[in-house]
Amino acid sequence: MAQNDILVYALHYDGALNKNSLGAVSEGARLAKELGGACHVLALGGDDLTTELCASAGAHGAEKVFRVNGPEGLAQPVIDAMAQVMDDGGHRYALFGGGLLGFEIGAGLAARLNAGVTMEVTAVRVADGELLAERPIHGDSSISTSRYRDRGIIIGRLNAFEAHEVDGASAEVQDVRVEFSPWSTQATMVKRGEQRGADVNIEDAKVLAAGGRGLGKAEGFDALEELAGALGGTVAATRAVVDAGWYPYAAQIGQTGKTVSPKLYLAAGISGAIQHKVGMQSSENIVAINKDANAPIFEFSDLGIVGDLNKIVPKLTAAVKARKGG
Amino acid sequence: MKICVLVKEVPDAAVQKRIDPATGRMDRSGERNLNPYDTHAIEAAMQIREGGALQIDEIVAVTMGPDSAVRALHKAVSLGADRSVHLSDDALAGSDVAATGYALAKTLQRESPDLVLLGQQSDDGECYTIGAVVADHLQMPSLTQVIKMDVADGKLRCERQAEYGYDTVEVQMPAVISVGDAINEPRYPSLKAIMGAKKKPLDAVAIADVGIEADRVGEQGSKVICSDFKAPPAKAAGEIIEDEDTGETVEKILAWLDERKLI
Repeated sequence: MAQNDILVYALHYDGALNKNSLGAVSEGARLAKELGGACHVLALGGDDLTTELCASAGAHGAEKVFRVNGPEGLAQPVIDAMAQVMDDGGHRYALFGGGLLGFEIGAGLAARLNAGVTMEVTAVRVADGELLAERPIHGDSSISTSRYRDRGIIIGRLNAFEAHEVDGASAEVQDVRVEFSPWSTQATMVKRGEQRGADVNIEDAKVLAAGGRGLGKAEGFDALEELAGALGGTVAATRAVVDAGWYPYAAQIGQTGKTVSPKLYLAAGISGAIQHKVGMQSSENIVAINKDANAPIFEFSDLGIVGDLNKIVPKLTAAVKARKGG
Repeated sequence: MKICVLVKEVPDAAVQKRIDPATGRMDRSGERNLNPYDTHAIEAAMQIREGGALQIDEIVAVTMGPDSAVRALHKAVSLGADRSVHLSDDALAGSDVAATGYALAKTLQRESPDLVLLGQQSDDGECYTIGAVVADHLQMPSLTQVIKMDVADGKLRCERQAEYGYDTVEVQMPAVISVGDAINEPRYPSLKAIMGAKKKPLDAVAIADVGIEADRVGEQGSKVICSDFKAPPAKAAGEIIEDEDTGETVEKILAWLDERKLI
């Protein structure tokens, strides 16, 4: 039954499929099997979307990959492609891993197909031959379950779906021609994936001292770098301060940045928005310093210090140095 | 040219938000603020007008919501919008993201905007997807989370952070653009603007006025059914230190780190 097939969007860049997309493929394969259908993947791009790359989605459970030639990195051409494939194939559900494009494509696809859409989904299950999606709401203080009257579009939260490899399987690759909507071609990529700031590695660090807007200014990172140095760690940053140009993009944690799980994550002047939380919540020990006692970060930190980081951070640095020296 | 800015009234950030388990809808009884992200969208509209590269004849604030949402429109007008449109109808209650986007698109259609701006997310439902829904209905190109927007050769040159770094995208108008909070620093309204906001034209419309099909909105017209609200798995509450004596606080932090062999 075609309606039990699930269509998963796979983002790729620089010759590799996106890790969150592969998580969605694994999740789609698991759910499709329970529904009695197959997991299909759609990928859109140019010459770098090789048959080999597409077929490799089979290792995560995809049976078939629909390959569409088109402009990469923009949502609307993918909406056209997925709507066409779902209409032709009768897929009832579409699934996305966490990511900016997934949100845009999923929402636009819901409008196009007159379907239901749920974003920030953390778990999906099968009940009575249908998919149910769980989504935390209100700063993760409550979880709601979505059901779909007809078609359903499920957009995962970043890192919600884990990628699993199955042995050596390879997916069938089918080329699909898509006539893009006029408005889908009215946005054009000028430059993609520009790295701003120095190339730093935060993913292997055992200790991360991360700074947010609460640092007040770019120079606020100087004190944080000293603290990170004393603790034998590295400095990381939130999207807000990276967008403001205070710190390099390569050091950014969260939705459109890195996902980390160090032994110690020390957050200074970070409020703890969901988009940040998804990139660091699996850290072993989370310490937060923030002057706002109502900051959401205190809800998921192991040690929270309500106070002025400008007073605390330098003293903490000195104390750590003294301890190590002595 | 005409710019429409989508705005929304949301619960004050300091107020505890909750869903009414009986109806599955958000309890909006305590709401009283313009969504902070929307102020960036209005500011972006003002900067385009003041930039002079495009002749902006009108900036129109558009909202959907109950009677109280008028306050969001007044705030939007005090920040620079010339007039506002309020879509309000009992038939809209319980609309999901897709239905809300459809209703807003129909309301916008009547205005024939050259540019639709909105904040990248709202502080309540966190639905940073509404722009994409609206754009598909309006058949316009769209981009979300834009942090820099310049007008060049009659097109918008937009920058945003995506999964692999910063992207620069050129977008033809008419278009739907949702902006991030890094795009600008919204101005404060003048006292005069606040006082004058209630005198600016406010067009109240119901679904029939803008051609919204009743069976595509509200709870019945929504394709998602939300239910089974439950609490997330309990997590042991972390330890909290209020910093009074910083020397003492630092000693406590060190002891805590020591205990876990993190130094």
